[in-house]
Amino acid sequence: MRVALKKHWQRALDARWLVPCLLVGGLVLTFAIAHFGLLNNYVQLVLIYVGINIILATSLNLVNGYMGEFSLAHAGFMAVGAYSSALLSMKVLPVAAHPALFHLAVLAGGLVTALLGLLVALPSFKVRGDYLAIVTLAFLMIVKSALENIDAIGGPRGISGIPRLTTLPWVFCWTVALLWLIRNFVYSCYGRGVLAIREDEIASDLMSVDTRRVKVLAFMLSAFCAGIAGALFAHLLQFISPRVFDVVKTTEILIMVYLGGIASIGGSILGAALYTLLLELLRPSTVAGLLSWLPAVVFDPLNDYFIRHLGVLRMIIMPLALVLVMLFWPRGILGLREFRGFIPRRDRRAHGAARLKGTDTHDAADSHSTRET
Amino acid sequence: MTQPGVYWLQQILNALQLGSIYALIALGYSMVYGILTMINFAHGDVFMVGAFICFLAATLLKLPFVLTLLITMTASAGLGVLIERLAYKPLRNAPRVSAIITALGVGLFLENLTLAFYPYPQHVPPLLHNVTWQLGGVALSSLQLIVISLSLTLMLVLDYVVRRTPVGVAMRAISWDKTSVPLMGVPVNLIISITFAIGAGLAGAAGTMYSLAYPVIDPYMGIMVGWKAFIAAVVGGIGTIRGAVIGAFILGGVEIMVVALLPSTYRDLVVFSLLLTLIVIRPHGILGSPRVQKV
Amino acid sequence: MKPATLNPNPMPAGSPHLEVRDLRVHYDGIHALHGVSFQVPRGQIVTLIGANGAGKTSILRALSGLTPYTGSILFEGRDLQRVPAHRIVGLGMAHVPEGRAIFGNLTVQENLRLATWQRRDREAIESDFERVLTTFPRLRERLRQPAGTLSGGEQQMLAVGRALMSRASLLLLDEPSMGMSPRLVQELFAIIQDINRTGTTILLVEQNANQALRIASRAYVLETGRITLSGTGPELLGDPRVKEAYLGTAATGKGANRNPPP
Repeated sequence: MRVALKKHWQRALDARWLVPCLLVGGLVLTFAIAHFGLLNNYVQLVLIYVGINIILATSLNLVNGYMGEFSLAHAGFMAVGAYSSALLSMKVLPVAAHPALFHLAVLAGGLVTALLGLLVALPSFKVRGDYLAIVTLAFLMIVKSALENIDAIGGPRGISGIPRLTTLPWVFCWTVALLWLIRNFVYSCYGRGVLAIREDEIASDLMSVDTRRVKVLAFMLSAFCAGIAGALFAHLLQFISPRVFDVVKTTEILIMVYLGGIASIGGSILGAALYTLLLELLRPSTVAGLLSWLPAVVFDPLNDYFIRHLGVLRMIIMPLALVLVMLFWPRGILGLREFRGFIPRRDRRAHGAARLKGTDTHDAADSHSTRET
Repeated sequence: MTQPGVYWLQQILNALQLGSIYALIALGYSMVYGILTMINFAHGDVFMVGAFICFLAATLLKLPFVLTLLITMTASAGLGVLIERLAYKPLRNAPRVSAIITALGVGLFLENLTLAFYPYPQHVPPLLHNVTWQLGGVALSSLQLIVISLSLTLMLVLDYVVRRTPVGVAMRAISWDKTSVPLMGVPVNLIISITFAIGAGLAGAAGTMYSLAYPVIDPYMGIMVGWKAFIAAVVGGIGTIRGAVIGAFILGGVEIMVVALLPSTYRDLVVFSLLLTLIVIRPHGILGSPRVQKV
Repeated sequence: MKPATLNPNPMPAGSPHLEVRDLRVHYDGIHALHGVSFQVPRGQIVTLIGANGAGKTSILRALSGLTPYTGSILFEGRDLQRVPAHRIVGLGMAHVPEGRAIFGNLTVQENLRLATWQRRDREAIESDFERVLTTFPRLRERLRQPAGTLSGGEQQMLAVGRALMSRASLLLLDEPSMGMSPRLVQELFAIIQDINRTGTTILLVEQNANQALRIASRAYVLETGRITLSGTGPELLGDPRVKEAYLGTAATGKGANRNPPP
């Protein structure tokens, strides 16, 4: 009985109509939510954040998970996308044409960032693993302090008054489009090259995988997505400053990636959604709202001793939760596994076996560094 | 002595002071990396906690400086060992990234925990009576001299421990090949804990020195100082004790020079650009050398 | 040479120095050893021969606590299952791992001193240090040199010397002749016999079956995780199966590098 049910379920998941239906359904739903105000603004805002964070986590997973590198530059890419698109939509594009040309600004933000991704990819030919982590960290710091020192774009004060053009349906569209792009890249022949790099760079060189080209493409795609996320972020928050894009932001994205699981698009979606939602759920107002049905005898002391302090507590709980997840699932919740729906039909059968083989080689990729005391 | 000469002498003292604080932190990064090839991203926050322990010892217990320093170093060492045992040791055979992410989590935890107690920057009371001598126009502050000489002493002691004592030999053996060290009868876990204790103790000392030199502390101060010290360790050649010290003094020198010559907001820009260039030119650091791969 | 003080509870003369019963090891679901049992009598040289991947190294790693196992290992009558790896050398069993696992970043002297971690008898350590340097005069010349700069043969001498520094009563040697010139192999095997003559029991794991069987009083043949043959050294040297699989027709010792037929 259970087997039959599972088979039925699998057949439903494999059906060709499933993905288009989900997409159209999601699109209609998000448009309806935004247009008719089905959900209040706060919930919509949270959902938009979930979408942006999914883009950020998945694109970082491309470099850190699939390629086995350790990049810390993501917040820097995000900053570049945010600044360039904000400047474009504020200084260049006519105000009247905003809703129409908004996507041009977002796309431009992504493209500018992709060029910068090229710049970061270059040192990655020379250094790997821990050293690349440092190179990308330095890059992030340079971007941040460069932004702080250009007065024309507000210096440390940043840019305010960006038009609010990011809406839930558009974030949905961008998220789906970029996920599709990343998924196709990962399962293209280039993507196989990416996986080969993770397993063993020297071997994949020998097998005539053009590692440089694959690396450049992966870095650029990852940066492009981060730039788009930054652009959407800027047009949501309406205010950006260099401080928004510091190491802490990169750390957040890293947490989402590794919480969800490396080398897994499904994992990144899960990680981003979990992280964003949990952080919002743990707000004092949300918890108080959710628990308001409790009788006052229970609620009041709970409120006094716990809920009111959640603003501080949740910042302590989240990292603790992360450490616990890492201790119990060192590869993240979905590490090296994938939702069936993200695997191209032709690969589904081979997938399980191949991934099983890959499980123990992830850290072999960054063991090339020197050791000496 | 001419005026510019005096000015630069003064700046060199400032650079030595800053560099020695960076060095104390960089050593912890470098030692842990050397022995476990793990980037202990929580290390900067151990430094921050050290500064707060020092603050507590000075304000609540009103202890004299030497006791404050000893208590801070001991408590920080304990914290380092605790973190290693609870958060890193269970992950020793897991993928290395898991340990790095755990370290980031531990760092965030320490920051936010401290923030819960001290939401605002705290002012550390002067731990020592500061005397300033004028020598040919150079203002020699006793604080500066103490920070520099104490740090240098600690570094020399560490260098001695690593080079000459059995524990130091065992540390270096582990950094070469962890798997066959138990065959020598050496308890690897104990040595790793000692390494963390020393690294964290030095970070605690750095926290105390920092509170002496720049007495305003806040829960997020460990992030930037920590990352910079880490990059300094890499520039010097991570895993080498002397490399970490050299990298840290280069960093301190460059920072002071930039601030002296350019608007102070350019500091991070120049510092990180320079460090980035150094890493790309010499990926294994100034003193590091690529380890010959055993096939 | 072996002072009685080192073994406060000497076992009765007849009982084996080391006894392995039904030893099983598996890594990630792959079985490396399927129930191996053998004995090493006190004061003798026992050899385990077998091809690459037969499980020889797994046995030694289990013996010194580096690999989890089931079954029992009794060293001087004491069960080692719960003894942590670093304590085992203190009990008197030293392991010279495969492939000259010396610490290349330490000096020769530091390598030798490191092995005395479990010892507190300062004077005896000094006399052992002298003894090792007398046995391996090349090491004396290079005491302050990083061990990584030594030649392959010298590194192997250092690895053996290091094991002697722990004053073990049982020495486990994992392929000491690997990659050494025939002349050096001769020299090394002579030294091994000398060490044995001073009272140290030796368990020698070798692919170089010819040499190993010549000096061994007892030998076991290991094939894919099982012991398939055992006997005295001369018996196995004369055994046709061993001749064919491990000694080769030329019987010069080179044949040891060939894989046995399935």
